[in-house]
Amino acid sequence: MSMEQQDKPVKITEKKISRRMLLGGALATAILPVTSVFAKYIQVGVPAVPDPTKQPGPLPGKVGTRSPFEAPVKKPSDISSRTPLQDLYSTITPSDLHFERHHAGVPSIDPNQYELLIHGMVERPMKFSLHDLKRFPSVTRTCFIECAGNFRTGKEDMTVQEILGLTSQSEWTGVMLSTLFRELGVSPKASWFLAEGGDAAVLTRSIPIHKAWDDAMIVYAQNGEAIRPEQGYPARLLLPGWEGNTNVKWLRRIEISDAPYFTREETSKYTYPVKDKIRMFSFEMDARSIITYPSFPQKVEHGWIEIRGIAWSGRGKVDKVEVSTDAGKSWSEARLQNPILEKAHTYFRHLWHWDGTETEILSRVTDDTGYTQPTLKQLIDARGKDIGGYHMNPVTAWRIKRDGSVVFKPESYK
Amino acid sequence: MLKKLKLRRSHALIFGGITIIGMVIWLWLSYQNKQKWPETFGYGKTANQQDIAKWDIDVRPDGKGLPPGSGNVADGAIIYTSKCAACHGADGKEVKGVKLPGPPLVVGGGKTKTIGNYWPYATTLFDYVRRAMPYNAPGSLTDDEVYSLCAWLLNENKIIKANQIMNARTLPKVEMPAQKLFIVDDRKGGPEVK
Repeated sequence: MSMEQQDKPVKITEKKISRRMLLGGALATAILPVTSVFAKYIQVGVPAVPDPTKQPGPLPGKVGTRSPFEAPVKKPSDISSRTPLQDLYSTITPSDLHFERHHAGVPSIDPNQYELLIHGMVERPMKFSLHDLKRFPSVTRTCFIECAGNFRTGKEDMTVQEILGLTSQSEWTGVMLSTLFRELGVSPKASWFLAEGGDAAVLTRSIPIHKAWDDAMIVYAQNGEAIRPEQGYPARLLLPGWEGNTNVKWLRRIEISDAPYFTREETSKYTYPVKDKIRMFSFEMDARSIITYPSFPQKVEHGWIEIRGIAWSGRGKVDKVEVSTDAGKSWSEARLQNPILEKAHTYFRHLWHWDGTETEILSRVTDDTGYTQPTLKQLIDARGKDIGGYHMNPVTAWRIKRDGSVVFKPESYK
Repeated sequence: MLKKLKLRRSHALIFGGITIIGMVIWLWLSYQNKQKWPETFGYGKTANQQDIAKWDIDVRPDGKGLPPGSGNVADGAIIYTSKCAACHGADGKEVKGVKLPGPPLVVGGGKTKTIGNYWPYATTLFDYVRRAMPYNAPGSLTDDEVYSLCAWLLNENKIIKANQIMNARTLPKVEMPAQKLFIVDDRKGGPEVK
């Protein structure tokens, strides 16, 4: 049960009962008349049997389902869909809750028709089928993907999902891009490559070639199964730690080049004002953290509270997370959950005794390059007032009110 | 004393010898390991010129990738009205209080980012419009239509004159007002907030 749900009983409507569960119920009814009670409670939408030790449940199924008492959902808009980070207990995002951002909808690609073309400054331009990609030596890696435009503020009643729900983490499996580049004989003079998606936006980004030799991958699996359509089925580019937009989904073409292409996504979008200039090619996602419990709209009670949250850095590992329970006057180091992976969401916890007085709680991360997550004021001082919405990673504060309610502390931004 | 020293010397010889032998074995093993990774796996097919031409639609600021053909402002106006105005507005300018499905494209009264005040390269227009527009029928415009739309959009943004023709030679030469504003991120991590 999520923290939020501990305080608010979940209403189960008939709509929320899945088809499989209904089928399961019906099947059980057919076999054992005694389960007609079970069918009845589903019909009327009662959330639980009075005593589950007194009647058998549905039979084994082909695909598991979430408990009908749990209802974590993404928050969609016209252009994106946000991960309910406040409902998660650790760093892996269930695949169906991974955030979505795409520029012309989710394409439907037949894996048997899929081809990846790699050409340009190579000895041998090649086409690979999905089957070919899967035959190469494979690698599995856990890392986050965060949209570069992952920052919202403005009102008190905002959830973690609404503030920065455009970051998610999966365990990805695929082939190292360097393995493919080696196969093709990439020219030593090459310095960039273009990655292109096979969606209706035919989205393109220019990527410095050193990322290919470093840790870039082409992945076809997410959390152990085939990658989801929303995440790039059948294959996507994975650039650990780099802004989400560069991790081109539905990857269909790579062109090796000696210059960037200055595509629409890397000029008119994903760039931001820094004083009187516009900064482009910001690839690494800067270190960031947020407390996910307690957060709006959860409520807390007097006594011991385990403050929990996630921290990450696109430049390396989380070195430490500090938590303040007195509005930033003093800080103490939180416990980090092992293993601490590079370019990965890292879970932190901090035990706190709340005496019931009104206060603010906040977290800040330091990564292994020595960078500490800045405040919004520090970011504005460094970049100017006209700061835009890209690559914003300010410290986020929650207000704990006397009655135990928790609200976001929005800061003036423009 | 002398005996001790000799002993140490012989020890040093023995240890030195072992180290050298160890290194030789290690080098030999790592060479063997490399042998296990073939020169090529041989998966996939060679792509021919047709395969590449079918998908290779990108355009660089130096003009590489621009196709033959040309367009003009007058034709662009007609195409814009029939294929773009529904989402981007009658004249591509921002209208206060009106939220259109597409973003404004022409510099108006406000500070909103548009082609005229934010796009650094004119070639990006051709590349993007050809691959992704119109939203409901991407990739449906002819190269001449895309050149004409580029001409109209650049003229509306007061960057080129109404009689200028856009083609593979002229488009890369268009100087965009915003180009001088762009800088490449030079941050490398470390304590500085920048």
